[in-house]
Amino acid sequence: MGPVTAGVLQMLALIGALAVVHAPLGNHMARIYSSPRHLRVEKWIYKGIGADPDTEMRWTAYLRGVLAFSFAGVLFLYLLQRVQGVLPGSLGFDSVEPAQAFNTAASFVANTNWQSYYGEQTMGHVVQTAGLAVQNFVSAAVGMAVAVALVRGFARARTGELGNFWSDLVRGVVRVLVPLAVLGALVLVACGVIQNFSGIHEVGQFLGGPQQWNGGAVASQEVIKELGTNGGGYFNANSAHPFENPTPFTNLFEIFLILLIPVSLTRTFGVMVGSVRQGYAILATMATIWVGFVGLMMWTEFAHQGPALQAAGGAMEGKELRFGVGGSSIFAVTTTLTSTGAVDSFHSSYTGFGGGITMLGMMLGEIAPGGVGSGLYGMLIMAIIAVFIAGLMVGRTPEYLGKKIGPREIKLAAVYILITPALVLVFTSLSMALPTPPNSMLNPGAHGFSEVLYAFTSAANNNGSAFAGLNANTDWFNTTTGLAMLLGRFLPMVFVLALAGSLAGQQPVPATAGTLRTEKPMFTGLLVGAILIIVGLTYFPVLALGPLAEGLA
Amino acid sequence: MNNSVSNTARLLGAGLRALLVLTLVTGVIYPLAVTGVAQALFNGKANGSEVSADGRVVGSSLIGQSYNLPLEPGQETPERDLKWFQGRPANGLGENTLNTRYRLILSGATNRAADNPELVEQVRAAQAAVIEDNSVPGHPVERSEIPADAVTSSGSGLDPDISPDYADLQVPRVARENGLSVAKVRGLVDRHTQGRTLGFIGEPRVNVLALNIALEELVTKG
Repeated sequence: MGPVTAGVLQMLALIGALAVVHAPLGNHMARIYSSPRHLRVEKWIYKGIGADPDTEMRWTAYLRGVLAFSFAGVLFLYLLQRVQGVLPGSLGFDSVEPAQAFNTAASFVANTNWQSYYGEQTMGHVVQTAGLAVQNFVSAAVGMAVAVALVRGFARARTGELGNFWSDLVRGVVRVLVPLAVLGALVLVACGVIQNFSGIHEVGQFLGGPQQWNGGAVASQEVIKELGTNGGGYFNANSAHPFENPTPFTNLFEIFLILLIPVSLTRTFGVMVGSVRQGYAILATMATIWVGFVGLMMWTEFAHQGPALQAAGGAMEGKELRFGVGGSSIFAVTTTLTSTGAVDSFHSSYTGFGGGITMLGMMLGEIAPGGVGSGLYGMLIMAIIAVFIAGLMVGRTPEYLGKKIGPREIKLAAVYILITPALVLVFTSLSMALPTPPNSMLNPGAHGFSEVLYAFTSAANNNGSAFAGLNANTDWFNTTTGLAMLLGRFLPMVFVLALAGSLAGQQPVPATAGTLRTEKPMFTGLLVGAILIIVGLTYFPVLALGPLAEGLA
Repeated sequence: MNNSVSNTARLLGAGLRALLVLTLVTGVIYPLAVTGVAQALFNGKANGSEVSADGRVVGSSLIGQSYNLPLEPGQETPERDLKWFQGRPANGLGENTLNTRYRLILSGATNRAADNPELVEQVRAAQAAVIEDNSVPGHPVERSEIPADAVTSSGSGLDPDISPDYADLQVPRVARENGLSVAKVRGLVDRHTQGRTLGFIGEPRVNVLALNIALEELVTKG
């Protein structure tokens, strides 16, 4: 069997595995977000928080909960890094500098996990496990909560109430993320991912002399880093490091973990709005884009255009042999079509077009299938835009899932889709226009520009991967990417929740013969087209300056 | 005004308390529980898959290492020890710049672009070195025979594996340097070649450390 066939079979295996598990997991999530019952452990947690989990919240109250919790997260994580030097269990590592500590705190709370630091020499046990890994759980749970609030907006009628943020947050952690993480972590350890608190210790080498390893709670962090679409590696090499991703099987398993919750949430959506076929239409849109991107990525990487790759005879620079070109291509597409940003190979050394595909994946808004929660709400916003475009064509007031898409709804959706492009383009142009930021580039020519474009695309879309040659540990990049991450995460949430509130207040309109059937394949086609055209038009000029220029040279 | 300030303070208090409680669950109980189970059930793997030979630990089966001659005085980059099978280049590896009382290896890639002239040069230099090292009398190595993994740096810089093609290419040299027959060394490579998992996951590969341990046994036992 050739490597291309093996790559395609790995893609099909992923599709098969997700087809089997997404319905039960999606049903489970629909149940837990609708159930009036609380587990005993959850009651203790609510007591600790001092919140009543049964109070229904309007969208403004829900938003205040999201923002207060996330603000506390940034503050706590910042302070934890700033006092690392005096914390026990920190391997004697120094405190993190202010700009970098802000950047990292913003990054992990915003579900981005952009890393301007080297994990193995910067973060001790306490910051890694009690700081960074905690945000991997809770930032994912916040994303799921906001998505569920939007789904309730569609499902409910004539109420402004969207559920209870504290209850959604805690249930997401306790009943979804922790159980899956425990199972996944043990699978990873069984395959060779390390899980210990040995700290820095010496191990012998074949030809004598010691090597120094930094041991830690890697498996427990690795699993939630993928499952919560976070992406921040314990080590600098992220999921290319053999202690994070030791075998071809763990590679496929980690890709599966990334896709698991975003894919299953389409089922949760279908169940909660009372039509699983609506969920299938959304899932089909995501799957079409994902399969298309994987196909393109494999095509360009196996063709290995580019002088250095041609000289070497294959696109293996920055790729691990055990994953090969096929496994690396699937991982690269998956991590950038979700908000993960973990890498098992280094995108900067991909072909020009390959690097462009990773950027385009993020620019789509990470909706195929997207981040945990953020993928679903991002895709539903695009569905509203698609319905609106279809409505314009026939001159009819658009509606989606029985809710009218009026001026207020379309304004909120339109502002939502403008936020990230504005952040990406403004910060990229500023960085190119100012005298010193371009000094951070590693590579010459179009690729150097791509490094900066990639950085802000990744930050504003909460991805976290990088063309990692860029030296991002400067005050400029630490500050601007930190701001891009926070604004790119929380501004869109404001509009999603406002939209949810406005939809929940409506009386549903009955479907008639003239209603656009949004559960049909034609709608999926319309949605795919709307996504590609809107994003294509927004980003084409910058893509032409960077990856297209490199790929066509 | 006072009312809104106290409301905000109350909300932030709730956010902070929620964070602390969830930190206890996901940042303390969860990692300790997973570590406990992992250490009990998969002790060797949880601690880094260490490999022993002749009663001493010689590394991890997962982490690639270098097989170089000791540094001569005045020498900056060590020379490859041609007795042993060589792994992939690791031009992206770094050393710690923070907390310098340690001598940690920083995993990483070169991040050089496909059109970066420096990368082209690195690849060409690696090819020249492979040809020089592995050409033995009666068996010159052609550039077209060299597989891509032999001349490119991996993502982590710690890739423990090489392709079966690269291992095969090194067989005549290793046999000659150790005074063994080519057939014997080739048999060793064949025995240490792992196929794809379940026939389709990943790529065929040879673990360099395992191969060199077996080679050492072969040399000492004759």
